[in-house]
Amino acid sequence: MSNIPKNLRYTPSHEWVKQDDDVLTIGITDHAQCMLGDLVYVELPEVDSQFQHGQECAVVESVKAAADIYCPIGGEVIEVNEAALGNPQLINEDPYGKGWLFRLRPFETPATILLNAEEYSKQVASEAH
Amino acid sequence: MGKRTPLYEAHCQANAKIVDFAGWDMPLHYGSQIHEHHQVRQAVGVFDVSHMGIVDVYGKQAVTFLRFMFANNVDRLAIYKALYTCMLNEQGGIIDDLIVYKLAEDYYRLVINAGRRDQDTTWLKQHITAYDAVLTPRNNLALLAVQGPRAKDIVPTLFSTEEAAKIRALKSFTACPVSQHGLVARTGYTGEDGFEIMLPTTEISHFWEKLLAAGVAPCGLGARDTLRLEAGLNLYGTDMDESVTPLESNLAWTVAWEPADRQFIGRQALEKQRQQGTILCLVGLVLQTPGVLRGHQTVILDSQRAGIITSGGFSPTLNQGIALARIPTTTDTTCWVEIRGKQLPAAVIKPPFVRHGKKAFNLTECEKE
Repeated sequence: MSNIPKNLRYTPSHEWVKQDDDVLTIGITDHAQCMLGDLVYVELPEVDSQFQHGQECAVVESVKAAADIYCPIGGEVIEVNEAALGNPQLINEDPYGKGWLFRLRPFETPATILLNAEEYSKQVASEAH
Repeated sequence: MGKRTPLYEAHCQANAKIVDFAGWDMPLHYGSQIHEHHQVRQAVGVFDVSHMGIVDVYGKQAVTFLRFMFANNVDRLAIYKALYTCMLNEQGGIIDDLIVYKLAEDYYRLVINAGRRDQDTTWLKQHITAYDAVLTPRNNLALLAVQGPRAKDIVPTLFSTEEAAKIRALKSFTACPVSQHGLVARTGYTGEDGFEIMLPTTEISHFWEKLLAAGVAPCGLGARDTLRLEAGLNLYGTDMDESVTPLESNLAWTVAWEPADRQFIGRQALEKQRQQGTILCLVGLVLQTPGVLRGHQTVILDSQRAGIITSGGFSPTLNQGIALARIPTTTDTTCWVEIRGKQLPAAVIKPPFVRHGKKAFNLTECEKE
């Protein structure tokens, strides 16, 4: 069973979102990295670029497939994880920690459109069937 | 539920992620595909490839039959030697690629692709009626591939003293008999040294346990795919099928033109193609930027000429995107691959990419600049 921390918010497309004051950190879930297998390449957005909610903003590629990352909340990118660019396997090893992807200053309030841990768990369980 | 090899339970116990492959429930990996890939390049790993078909051809005219069925010539084979060949249709299209072992003057063994068992058997049966020979599928044999530089140190120790001596003496593409109907061959599909081992299904679980106990890492079909791609070895159904010939698949070397009077199925079509020149060829691509090449991506030579990636991926040994691609015949050494709307530069090389753990190609001078 994959790890779904209670303190994070989630999207149906398997991104996680962590809120610290007015900054959001975004990555892919343990379930997502597990389904993708070993990650070998990451494309991250440019700092200062802006995205709408649901817009493609990054790509992660594993030995098996390429997956688009959708911006969970409209906002402006303020930082990207250079370490993950150089070593994509960080995302496999520590998806909620060292394997984060980028940080965003949001234009809108996150809580209203994101899933909580329980809702995301239900979605993952339903996809398994 | 798909078909299962005798080792299915053992794979589950080893935490395999199981996927469907040609109707079989097979291990994709046992945790990390890349780790398994490196194990084979640097040490030793074992693949359960019992989903592949083993078919024996026996009889006075077995050799005459196979001379006619295959593009490579079994006449060249000494007893216990192996040969890689394509089996073609009348148009020269590839029905399957396979390994044939000569076990006795009147006795041959074929190892065929899992996904082509039915087609191959039908095709062979259809033609064998004209010969004094019989076809026997060996469903009571399991097949393991033990691959990597340490395979030669470990594999012999798992057999009797007498068998071990024979296994140690095996040269590349030769085999020796073990157990009942069993065979150990110095062959593989990874670009590393190693063995392919056929044993009765009743003995295979015990042998698998002995391999794991000896420190051999279980490896899944995921690593098998990246290893064979690095080694520049075609995958049937992906890099070739009945719509292309060996000449269009970087397999001209497997076609035995001599003796010129040997008739084999597809010969006429191949002769014609050779005379007229091939329009398409299968080449290796090495992506010159970070990223991953994937099957079905478009390859652009110039405004007039384009091709397609047949199988692509990320090379764990080179840390680069690599691919096999079918493109118009060319002497160009660079091309562009379309990835998510961008055209990225790639070098055109003759495979393999990796041989015995090391980079196996040189980019031409103009590309180094």
